[in-house]
Amino acid sequence: MDVPAAKSIHAKELLTAQNDEWHPKIVAFLCNWCSYAGADLAGVSRLQYGPNVRIIRVPCSARVNPQYIVKALQNGADGVLVSGCHPGDCHYISGNLVARRKFALTKMLLEFVGVEPERVQFSWVSASEGGRFADLMNRVIADVRRVGPAKRLVKHLP
Amino acid sequence: MSNARTAEIQKIAKDLLEEGKVELFIGFQEGTVPLRSRPAFVQAEAVESLVWDSFCANNLAVYLPKYYENQPGRRKKREKPYPKIGVAAKGCDMRSIVALTKERQVQRDSLLVVGVPCEGMIDTRKVEAAVAAKGGDGGAAAADEILEARETEAGKLEVTTRSFGVLSFDREEVLQDCCLECRFPMPEGADILLSGQARKPGDGGYARIEQFMKKSSEERWDYFSTELSRCIRCNACRQACPTCWCKECFAEQTDLKWIGVGNTPSDAMIFQIIRVFHQAGRCVECDACYRACPMHIDLRLYTKKIVKDVEDIFGYLPAFDAEALPPLATFGDEQCDFFITDPDKAETAEGTGQ
Repeated sequence: MDVPAAKSIHAKELLTAQNDEWHPKIVAFLCNWCSYAGADLAGVSRLQYGPNVRIIRVPCSARVNPQYIVKALQNGADGVLVSGCHPGDCHYISGNLVARRKFALTKMLLEFVGVEPERVQFSWVSASEGGRFADLMNRVIADVRRVGPAKRLVKHLP
Repeated sequence: MSNARTAEIQKIAKDLLEEGKVELFIGFQEGTVPLRSRPAFVQAEAVESLVWDSFCANNLAVYLPKYYENQPGRRKKREKPYPKIGVAAKGCDMRSIVALTKERQVQRDSLLVVGVPCEGMIDTRKVEAAVAAKGGDGGAAAADEILEARETEAGKLEVTTRSFGVLSFDREEVLQDCCLECRFPMPEGADILLSGQARKPGDGGYARIEQFMKKSSEERWDYFSTELSRCIRCNACRQACPTCWCKECFAEQTDLKWIGVGNTPSDAMIFQIIRVFHQAGRCVECDACYRACPMHIDLRLYTKKIVKDVEDIFGYLPAFDAEALPPLATFGDEQCDFFITDPDKAETAEGTGQ
């Protein structure tokens, strides 16, 4: 199978990062039908990307309640990525269009409140885009590394 | 003016109740402390207690959903018909009623709305602050200072105070910010409309949001976290809000415990973020949450933000149109991919630059 190699933005540095360096924890909500399959394809194609991401599989990007995102940030995630099918390609016809409306508002509100825009990101990855998935992961990891460990919204128990 | 309003509203309520068109009338009566009128639920014998003045700031729509509640899991037809209720509504109350009707929380057929063209309501805190400023040292005693307040025909507010005698304020100076910015002071679609003029519609007050957005992320976060550090999680903002009608709030769910119940800064902030998010496409900017907050947290900045975003992105503003679908109840193929991270584009993710 001829799959284009990931344009590794920072992949090499990420993979060779020393153990004592800070590694961001990134939570990725991926839709079952596109982005999760995209991640799968990246895996079987042996594309390399940063190991910082924890994937949570959801039936559809519309299943992602904005509460999940802030909850992840509260529980100490350094970044949150939500990814689903491209608009128009949703397995449930219109799920991602509904989701897109919610996400636009969520993103803008969190930014307004003062959460760094790099922390919460949204994207579309289809099942055939393994390379795009690896690129996306590297991009998000690089972004989150740039802003550093999450401090805002994180819950510290007394 | 307000005396005429009082007389008119009393007459209308009396007629409606006596003719049996409504079983209950919701309006305002004189409050026990100056500068506040309190919501009143009256039947024919008590219509004389109704008043209408510049202190009727509360959003009366908040009381309506409970009259139209149905048993959960109801199979049979409702045995009793829905109660007939009359309610006095300003522009913002009317918008709330329309929003609640869309969400099936209010049966518009059995609701009789008496629209009051709104001249703006007086902000108790602004008056208190002005009185406190006279005193010079702190505002703690301001609430005790004010003994009596009344409006004059010439658009002045006269406040009798304990130590400074009678102070006179220009009405415009002490109006609530939401009234100064209000775009819909005239309740459209009311069943009965009181006579008189509404104030000139304002500009919506988006300038403050744009101004605030120009600040850096750190400054915005500092402001948010400082404001919310005062939060005592009393949930008054939620209770006062007409659109917060969920039987079980996410903040109190325990089977799926979203947030703690304490006032840990993170919990308080997340409560407010989600509460504001839930207002997307529903908030009518009545500022009930802002008025209800005992800690005077600047909630109106954040509710205004979500109203602005919904209008900017989806071109939707919850007004008087009962047919328009709320933006999050539907979807469209509008171009709103501006916030999507695209790894094929070289530029790294930045702010949405709203």
